[in-house]
Amino acid sequence: MTRLQPTPSATVGPYLAIGLTWEGGEFVVPPGTPGAVWLRGTVFDGNGDPVSDAMVETWQADPDGRFDHPDDPRGSARYPGFTGFGRAQTVPDGDYAICTLKPGRVPDGEGGLQAPHVDVSVFARGLLDRVVTRVYFADEAEANAEDVVLQGLPEDRRQTLIATPTDDGYRLDLYLQGDRETVFFAV
Amino acid sequence: MTGTTSGGRLDLPRYARTDAALRTPLSYSDYRSTGLRAPLRTPVDLPHRLTEVTRPLLGEDRVRPEDADLTRRLGGEAVGQRIIVHGRVLDGDGRPVPHTLVEVWQANAAGRYRHVVDNWPAPLDPHFDGLGRVMTDDQGRYEFLTIRPGAYPWRNHDNAWRPAHIHFSLFGRAFTQRLVTQMYFPDDPLFFQDPIFTSIPEAARPLAISRFDYERTVDHWALAYEWDIVLRGSDQTPFETEDDGDVA
Ligand SMILES: [Fe+2]
Repeated sequence: MTRLQPTPSATVGPYLAIGLTWEGGEFVVPPGTPGAVWLRGTVFDGNGDPVSDAMVETWQADPDGRFDHPDDPRGSARYPGFTGFGRAQTVPDGDYAICTLKPGRVPDGEGGLQAPHVDVSVFARGLLDRVVTRVYFADEAEANAEDVVLQGLPEDRRQTLIATPTDDGYRLDLYLQGDRETVFFAV
Repeated sequence: MTGTTSGGRLDLPRYARTDAALRTPLSYSDYRSTGLRAPLRTPVDLPHRLTEVTRPLLGEDRVRPEDADLTRRLGGEAVGQRIIVHGRVLDGDGRPVPHTLVEVWQANAAGRYRHVVDNWPAPLDPHFDGLGRVMTDDQGRYEFLTIRPGAYPWRNHDNAWRPAHIHFSLFGRAFTQRLVTQMYFPDDPLFFQDPIFTSIPEAARPLAISRFDYERTVDHWALAYEWDIVLRGSDQTPFETEDDGDVA
């Protein structure tokens, strides 16, 4: 079978807003959807300064832990208007905000369950490739304790992935570098 | 609550991880902005589960036919060398990736972006906004009509210039295949001093450069460049049980 070498990645650069801005991109569900929460945070660089020209993309299951995609044999239908996908820029202060439904537990495909999580990609000037992380939820302690990916990390690093409840949803800051560097994944 | 049952074994596609020697590294000191932004710890391998092998079904509702033509915007025609940029989106197995969103953005013919932080002394073009979107067709083909972007200066090092390029963003069919990259033009004399280009491992650099495509030029209308984009393929590491000695 033909094997082709993948095209190498490159940075989005400082002008990503021209090509990647979507009207309403931060709404994974339409505003006002019952049960909607805001997932918020700030992206920081190695100096602890906010990164104000990044883009954060999110991808997640619905509240039943399902995906509207041909490779999820179970499908997803119960949440009209739910896209699973969010895209937010951190202009002008390094903050991102995504309006979504909290995901359910997702099968790991081997008979177990993963804890509720959101896959996150961060793109920015100075990042030659996207960096990938996951958001977990502090109020899912039981599920988190069973999650193979989370439990595979040293305890002090695990905390970098766990969003804490706020007035209108959850918060997780992302640290590209430094003592509090977020756990990033190779996918 | 069917979604919260484990559902037993799922037969999920597996995606190949790209050899590090062919991937653009995150840390590359010649590109100064990586200094405080590139993570320094080794990334942790994430198993490919449902979240990683699915992706958003985006597209048709966000893409209009006129989004494939960057040369006519804001009530007039852009200045510059008109070019057709086309190619296929494939996966590493050589299979076309149909019906997937391709987003592009670029500087105008003078090398200026329509963006608040780009204010070097080159003219803006009132009829060029630099944004294009298309969906690949059922053969994985895409095509834009645009103008050839100019080179532009930046502050990375003394007298630093970016070679002419078009930014591309692709989703493929899985989260693992998400790709943002830049397409270059053949034989650009600025490659040698551009750390965004030279950060690409030498063996992978040809894949970032388009091919001049005389066959697709249109007489008295446009030049043409062809650029195929290859996303991650499937993981074909054989299962032990498949090892029957046939290695052809
Ligand atoms: Fe650029």
